[in-house]
Formats: sequence, structure tokens, C-alpha cells
Amino acid sequence: MLLLLTVQVIAALVAPVLVRLMGRKAFWVLALAPASAAVWALSWTSAVQRGDGPTESVEWIPSLGIELTFRLDTLSWFMTLIVGGVGALVLVYCSAYFTTTASGLARFAAVFVAFEGAMLGLVTADDMLMLFVFWELTTVTSYLLIGHYAERKASRRAAMQAIVITTAGGLAMLVGILLLGEAAGTYRLSEVIARPPPGMTVAIVCLLAGAITKSALIPFHFWLPAAMAAPTPVSAYLHAAAMVKAGVYLVARFAPAYSSDPTWHGIVVVLGCGTMLLGGYRALRQHDLKLVLAFGTVSQLGLIILLVGLGTRAAALAGLALLGAHAMFKAALFLVVGVVDAATGTRDLRRLSGVGRTLPLTALAGALATASMIGLIPFAGYVAKESALESLHDDPVTLTAVAVGSVLTVAYGLRLWWGAFATKRAVAPAGVDTDTSLGDAAHADADPAPITHPSLLLVWPAMILGVLGLAVALLPQLGEHLLLPYADTYPSGEAGHLVLWAGITPTFLLTLAILFSGALLFVVRDRVERWQSDLYHGPDADRLYRRFMRRLDDVAADVTAVTQRGSLPIYLGLILVVFVLAVGGPLLTQTTLARHYIPWDDPAQVVFAAAAIASALLVTRARRRLKAVILLGVGGYAMAGLYLLHGAPDLALTQVLVETVTLVVFVLVLRRLPPYFSDRPLVASRWLRLALGLAVGLVVAGVALVAPGARTHLPVSADFADEAVTWGGGKNIVNVTLVDIRAWDTMGEISVLLVAATGVASLVFLSRRTGAIFRAQDAQRDRAVWGGSSDPMAALRLPAAGSTQGDASGISGSVPSSQARGREWLQAGRTLAPQRRSVIFEVVVRLLFHTMIVYSVFLLFSGHNAPGGGFAAGLVTGIALIVRYLAGGRYELGEAAPVQAGLLLGVGLFLSAGVGVVALVAGGSVLESWIWDLHLPVVGDLHLVTSLFFDLGVYLVVVGLVLDILRSLGAEIDRRAETGEDPVGAGASERIAASKADA
Amino acid sequence: MIDMSPNLVLVVTIGVLFAAGVYLLLERSLSRVLIGVILVGNGANLLFLVAGGAAGRPPIVGSGQGPMSDPLPQAMVLTAIVITLGMTAFLLALAYRSWQLNRHDEVQDDVEDRRIARLAGRDERATTDSDTEGFGESLDDEAAEARDEADRGSA
Repeated sequence: MLLLLTVQVIAALVAPVLVRLMGRKAFWVLALAPASAAVWALSWTSAVQRGDGPTESVEWIPSLGIELTFRLDTLSWFMTLIVGGVGALVLVYCSAYFTTTASGLARFAAVFVAFEGAMLGLVTADDMLMLFVFWELTTVTSYLLIGHYAERKASRRAAMQAIVITTAGGLAMLVGILLLGEAAGTYRLSEVIARPPPGMTVAIVCLLAGAITKSALIPFHFWLPAAMAAPTPVSAYLHAAAMVKAGVYLVARFAPAYSSDPTWHGIVVVLGCGTMLLGGYRALRQHDLKLVLAFGTVSQLGLIILLVGLGTRAAALAGLALLGAHAMFKAALFLVVGVVDAATGTRDLRRLSGVGRTLPLTALAGALATASMIGLIPFAGYVAKESALESLHDDPVTLTAVAVGSVLTVAYGLRLWWGAFATKRAVAPAGVDTDTSLGDAAHADADPAPITHPSLLLVWPAMILGVLGLAVALLPQLGEHLLLPYADTYPSGEAGHLVLWAGITPTFLLTLAILFSGALLFVVRDRVERWQSDLYHGPDADRLYRRFMRRLDDVAADVTAVTQRGSLPIYLGLILVVFVLAVGGPLLTQTTLARHYIPWDDPAQVVFAAAAIASALLVTRARRRLKAVILLGVGGYAMAGLYLLHGAPDLALTQVLVETVTLVVFVLVLRRLPPYFSDRPLVASRWLRLALGLAVGLVVAGVALVAPGARTHLPVSADFADEAVTWGGGKNIVNVTLVDIRAWDTMGEISVLLVAATGVASLVFLSRRTGAIFRAQDAQRDRAVWGGSSDPMAALRLPAAGSTQGDASGISGSVPSSQARGREWLQAGRTLAPQRRSVIFEVVVRLLFHTMIVYSVFLLFSGHNAPGGGFAAGLVTGIALIVRYLAGGRYELGEAAPVQAGLLLGVGLFLSAGVGVVALVAGGSVLESWIWDLHLPVVGDLHLVTSLFFDLGVYLVVVGLVLDILRSLGAEIDRRAETGEDPVGAGASERIAASKADA
Repeated sequence: MIDMSPNLVLVVTIGVLFAAGVYLLLERSLSRVLIGVILVGNGANLLFLVAGGAAGRPPIVGSGQGPMSDPLPQAMVLTAIVITLGMTAFLLALAYRSWQLNRHDEVQDDVEDRRIARLAGRDERATTDSDTEGFGESLDDEAAEARDEADRGSA
């Protein structure tokens, strides 16, 4: 069976290629795929009959217990025959139906075959989850087929409606399947049916919801008529023979297990009868032949589900027989309507006349199918319906409903054939209002729609199905013999029979009455039509559905409006309130306090803690930005002290360095921001914030009190000391943890740094990753760095040789000459505005810079055994660069680091990741350390650990981050301030928006 | 088992840092929000250390006698400190961008969210989907327009 499904998948995949190569003839080849399924099913007939059909099982997701399990029993065999047989005929029909230039034929062919494959999987799957998967596959493919003419609004709407409704039902069905599978302990369909878990009312309702939506029962029937927007072959296959039968299949599958449940019984009887009557009633009023058929299908589906779901053996047998008969006659009728449509260019039965005379073979095929549909002896429909009426003889209410429904079926069946093929006296030409044309003798000779002769190939599939409907009826015993094994799986009721002639029985008389009443109803069709249109009817289901969807949109908008306020403080506040409640609650009720406390580990902690607390409190009250930032820095350094006293020298070192860089970054940006925070006049909100702040503070302090005592296991780091020395080859456990034991984490973290650095640069440079590197020789002589402000001391300064006298913003230095250069402490110092230069600063920087770089290299190499490492080393190098920038401006920065930050970041990450790969290549696991002890002459013993390269990568990333910050928030903002590029004024945002729109 | 008695000085510090941080976090000014984030971050780092156990000697093999402080939280906090730097820089770049566009660094309400709320308040639609709306055509009208690209054959 897997092989068979694989064939379908391959056919679907090659379909577009075939169509492109062979045009519409490709449908002949593709028809082999479903035909092979039908032949395969036929070859297993006797085995299935004996009850030992093939089963196949392949493990798919063992951890979830999902298997690709397939099984062929009588029901599956029957469905496979229908799906394969009708599928092959419809594909053959397609090869002549579409014009050679029809659009989207390749896609159509592929989706059509894919649908057929999904349908095969659906009816043979023995795993309920697989059943669901195939179920949804048919939904999706049918969506694509209904929406085949995607440029038409009606197609799109119908497709959307169908997929929304059937998917909603499908999801309900999934819930039912999960409930059932969990209760039964297995998802194997055959096992669940054999030993159904009791008391599954909810699951039953969910399963039936899937079947009802898929098979277009009320109140979800309206998607099926709308789906007639699909090409006619699709209607013939999906909406008559195959997809809508999936719901029937589901009901038939579970009926032997659950039909005795009162909920099941109620739903099936009420919806089955209701659908049958409503569909028949609506079919009488339609003018479009396909719509007549669509409502007829709705009606018949109601009847079939009623029969297979009723739970007696006789009804089940009748239902299955009707299922087969319906597949044959309804598919045939759709195909015939397609021929009429192709021949006349219309499906409006008010405009068709004389088609039967011109296309006698088509009319014959149509007549055979119609005869079967209305239950005329000796056709399949008759045999099935006789058996159905017989099986209902002790249930007068249902019997009445079915009889009335059958009367309607006879009436709309006759009306359909008459509408399509009869020669009518009063057919008005297109465009004339219907009311005047009905029975209006003046238009007796009006032109009917012109008739052409489509290919005869279009008639044969319908003819085969029609004749088949006659042939199986002549051999009812064979059908009974083949289908009885399925009916026997039902627990109750006496066995039913399929017979062609049982003598003059009450059922036969009832059938005669039905035929007669139906014919009568057909004769007075005009009056019925008029009566129906006069009769008030409220909004139909389609309209209600649209209104419901509209309401759903409104509710969604309301919910969005309530929850998405767009205000950051509200979002954060909500999160924090949840945090306080969710953590604070259990904290109060479910934890116990530690038995003893210590006030401090070291009295010095009090000093640093006091500093941190004081700075935090003062920061909240600061109105000046700079003051707030400096207080923050004080708090940060105090944190470093706390780390150190806690026994974390690495943290202390990093904190001091980071705090320094943070301070500089803040100041770089604060240059641009207003000096004071804006006033927040809402006092009430301040109290609220204060209350929330206190609550969070208290809860976290509570956590800090409880957490240390809540430990139940030894820390995972208990063995780190040994591991660090043995495997990581280092004594500084924190550093070894970073670069070896938890190197993956570090890798993620430096990736975050890379992203942050790129983000900073992108926010400043906007359309570029980064700007040019400013080198000293590129400096523009007429514009000094950091100039612009008045220079009151200019008069006191000696004008440098060669520069313009008294020019406050000019460059004080001369043309760079070798002698002049030798006198400069910093290479780019002369690019600064004179009032910004400080000789002392320049000298100190000149002396310090290289020392700092050497120190950072020392930190990098010693980090493995002593406090330090890549992070600290990178930060020291970064601070060295900052100092150069502060002393000499952006050109000095370019001289100090003539590389792009992106390069450093990329190389850094590459190095870190590369080390991991090297370890992998060397046969270890990713990021495992390798230690080499080399003896080099002169240098001595060298203890080389591969994780050093990892640390080097970390170092480069951190340097890249600092460099990116300096380039964008420092140098670029400087440049913009000097050139006046920073957009200023209220219109800035509009200008930027406009330039974006231009781009 | 290692000594797990909570250190009260650190606990109070953590509480104050969080309280002050949250107070600033709920502000509108992006630089104040950022300061709040940093304060909360400091508090969280300290909480990590406290939860990791009592103070001890530096986690360096051979650095002395006595119990060692737990190295694992330290490694986590170390990267957290550096990442806070990256985030600080990013938020400051955002503040700069906000200044460029609006001349201030206030976090504004989301314009699109506000628009949806406004429309919902007036019961108006944000979008109109002509595919799913439009009650005009009947099923029959639509069916009359739906034509397949069928081969009409010979006359």
C-alpha cells in the first residue's frame, strides 16, 4: 500500500512536467495512477472478502507512537475502488474537457492527482493520526482545486469558505481522535473499533463535527454549492465521488463502535434527515445545473450518513450500496453537465433547449444516471433505496423523512434532465428576464443557446458510469456478497439484503408512490419555483456564516484593542504584576525561611552595599541625565567591590571595565540628548510605579532569602575544579567554564554581542553596515574635529606656522611634514580644534596606549590560570581605543584601529566556532579542548590549549563591539555634527519618511 | 553540604536595586528605562551569586585554603555583564535615533496599536476584504459567471 501511495505521489510530482511536455494528453498517463489503485483493490477482492486483506505498518515517529499503518478491509476496499475508478475516469475526461490553451493546467493536474493520493491514504490508513493527516491533505488540495481560477472572486471566496469550515471540523476531529486514542491506549483504528472505550460522548461529538463539515451536512452545507466555482471535473470527483465521502467514510468507520450511543444517534438522525430535506428543497429552485446537482448531493449525503450511522446492519448495507450508486450517478451527472456546458456555453436550464436532440449520446448517459438517482427500476439507485426503505420499516418518522426526501429527489432529478436536454417551447434568448419567459408564448421561437459538438471522449466516462449503475443493479447478489462483511461488523439489527425484485411488498408500493409524487412535483415545477421564491426565508446559512466571520473579525479587533495598548509601561507593568503574583504568592505560602542568617561575609560588604543602595536611590531622583549616569557608574563600581568580596575576582575585573566603557558610551550619546529628563506631570502614575517597584523589590529579596536554602543537590560545579585542570588545562575555573565546559553558552553570548554591535552600527548608519575608517591624512583642513563652539582662549594661543590667523575653528597644525609629525604626541592630534587639545592628555595617552595593549594581551594569555580572559582583555583593549579616541578624535581612532569592526566581529566568531570544528575533526566532541605541551628553544616549555583560540575569538568580538560603538556613536555622530547632517527640527521625521518612500 | 545561610546585606541590596530599577523601567524616557534595566541587571547578577552560595575564596585552583565560591554562577554573570554592555549600547543607539527623528528619547505608544484601538472603539474596520464580504451576488449570479476553459468542440 505504501508502494501504491508512493506511485500517487510520484505521479503528482511529475504531473506538471508531463502536462508541459504532452499538453492535455498527459491526463491519459496520469489516469494510470488512480486506475492502478482500483486494479490493485480488485486484485485483493477475494482476500478482503475472506477478511484477510493486506496490512502494512512502518514506524514513523516511534516516540509519539505514530505509525504508517494501512489496512484494507471491506469498507476501505470499496472506497478505494470508488476513489480509484472514478478518479481514472475523470482524469480521462479532463484530457478532452479543457482547451489545449487552458491556464494553470500543470498545477491542476498535479493537485488533482495529489488529492487522489491523499484520498487513497485516507481510506486505507489504519492509524487515526495518519487518518487526520490525510484528511487535512484532502482539505488543502481541495482548497487549491476549488480556487483553481484564482483570479475570480467567487472562486477565492468559495475556496476560503470550504477550507475554513472543513479545517475547523478537522481540528475538532483531531481533538476527538486524541481523546479516543488516549482512552483506548492506541491510535490503531482497527483496535479502537474492536474495543471502543466507553463513555466517549465528547470524542463522538468531535468526530462527528469533522464528518459533518466535510460531508456538507447542515448547518455547514453551504460550502458545497459555493464550491461549484471549481472546474466541473473537480465537482464530479471531489464534490460527488470522493472528498465529500470522507465524512461518510468516517461515520461508517466509527458507526459499528459508537452508533448505539444516544448522542451519536440523535446527531446522525436529525442532521441526516434535515440535510436530506433541505438539500432536496433547495435543489428544486436552482437554475444552474451544477447548483441543482450540488444541492442534490447535499441531500444525498444526508441520506447516506443517516443510513450508515443508524447502526443496524440492514441500514448499513443499504447505505454502502447507496454510497456506491451515488458515486456513479452523481459523478456521471456532473460529467454530463460539463459536456452540456462545453457544448452550449451555459448551464442555465432556462436557456438550454434541444440539447438532447443534438447530443443524443450525452442525453442517454444523463438519462441512465438520472434514472439511477431517482431510484428507477432496474438501476443501482433503486436497489439501494429499496433496501434503505426496507431497513427503516420499523422507524416511521425517519421513514417518512426519507420518503419525502426521495420525492424531492425524483422531482429535482427529472427537472435536471429536462432542464439539460429537453426541447422547450418557451426558451428566451439570453438576457431576457426570467419571469416574462416562463410560459410566455411570444418567445416560443426565441433562439436557444447555440450548440456545438464537444469531443465524444467526454461522453464515455459518464456512459461507463451510467451503464455500470445498470449492470451492478442486475447482479444485486454480488453486491450484497461483497458488502456484507462490512455490514456484519455492526453489532445490532438483522442482516439486510440487496435485491432487484422482491415482489409486491409495501416497500415497493412506497417506491411507486414516491416516483409518482415526484413526477407530479416535477410537472408543477413552475408553481413550486414561484412558491419557493415567494415564501419568506430568513438569512440563509451562507449569509449567517459571512456575518459570523465578520463578527469574529470585530471581536479580534476588540481583543487587540484591549490587550495591545501599544504602551511600553503598560506591557512591562503587566508582566511585572504577573511576576509579583506568580512568584510572590508561592513565596509566601509554600516556602520556609532559612534557619539562620549571617549579616555579612565581610564587614567591608556593608560599605560597598551602602554605596550601591545610595546610588540606586539617588539615580531614581536625578533630573539631570549626566548626574544619573555618573551615579549609575558609582553603583556599578560598588558592585565590583561586592563581587570581589564574594570571591569573584573575574567578575570584579569585568564589572570595572564594563562600567568604564558604559560611562563613556552614555556620555557619547548624552551629548545629543537634552540635559534634563522631561517632566512627567502624572503624579498618580509615579506612586503606582513606586508601589510596583517596591513589590518587585520585596519579592526578589524574598527569593534571595529563600533560594540559597532551597538547594537539594550538590551544585553541578562541584567537580568543575578537577575537570578544569584535567580536561581544560587551566586553573581559573571561571575562565575554563567559559571557554571549555560551557563553551556553547559563551558562543551564544558572543553571537549576541555581534548582533548588538551590528544593531548599533545599523541604527546610526541606517543604510550601511558601517562608515569609512577615518585616517589622519584624510582630515579636511577647513573643519576641525569638535570645533564649532566659541574659543575664548584663542587669543592666548600662539598661532601655528602656516595656519590662518585667529581662525577659531581652523586646524592649528600645519601641512604634515616629517619634521612636524615627529613633534606630535598623537598622529591625528592636529585634526582637533585647538581648544579641544590637551597636551597632558595626549602625552599620557601616548605613554599608556601600548602599555594597555600589552596588559590586555597578558590578560588574554594568563586568563586560563589567573583572573582575566578574553572578555576582560577585550575590554582593556577597548578602553585603550576609547582613550585614543577621546584624546585625538575620530581620526586618531582610525589611526589606532585601522580595521572595520565587522571584520573583527566576524573573525572572532569564526575563530571561536572554528576551534570547535577543529576539535571535531581531531576526533573529539565539538569545542573540546586539546592540550599540547611543546618544548621550544629559547622560549621554554609552552603549554598550549586550543581553548586559547576560543578565548581569542571572544577577545576579538569584544574589541569589535567597542570599536563599533566608537565608530557609530562616537565618530559618526561627531562627523554629522560638524557637517550639519543630523536632521534638526520637527520636520525631520517627515523628511525621513519621504526619503524612505522614494527608496 | 556547603553553607547556605543568606547574607542579609546582599539581600537588602538586591531588593533595593530591583525596586529602583523597576521604578525607572516604567518611565517613558528611554535613557531612564535603560538605567532601570542596568539597575535590575546588577540586582539580578547579585542574586545569582547569592543563590549560588556563600562567599569563599576565588575559584582558582591553588589560590589558597578554605571553601571556594561557586564558579558556575560567576561564569554566567560574567557574560551577563558584557551582554549588558552590548544592550546598553544598542538602547543608546535607539535613543540617539529617537532624538534624530523626534528630538527626544521618549518611548511613544505604538501608532498602529493605537489606530486599531481607535477603530475598534468606533466599531470601524481596519481592513476590508472584498473576497469575503459583499452580500450582493446570489449563488446563481455567481454560478452564471463561473465558466470553465472547456473545449467547445466543433459546431
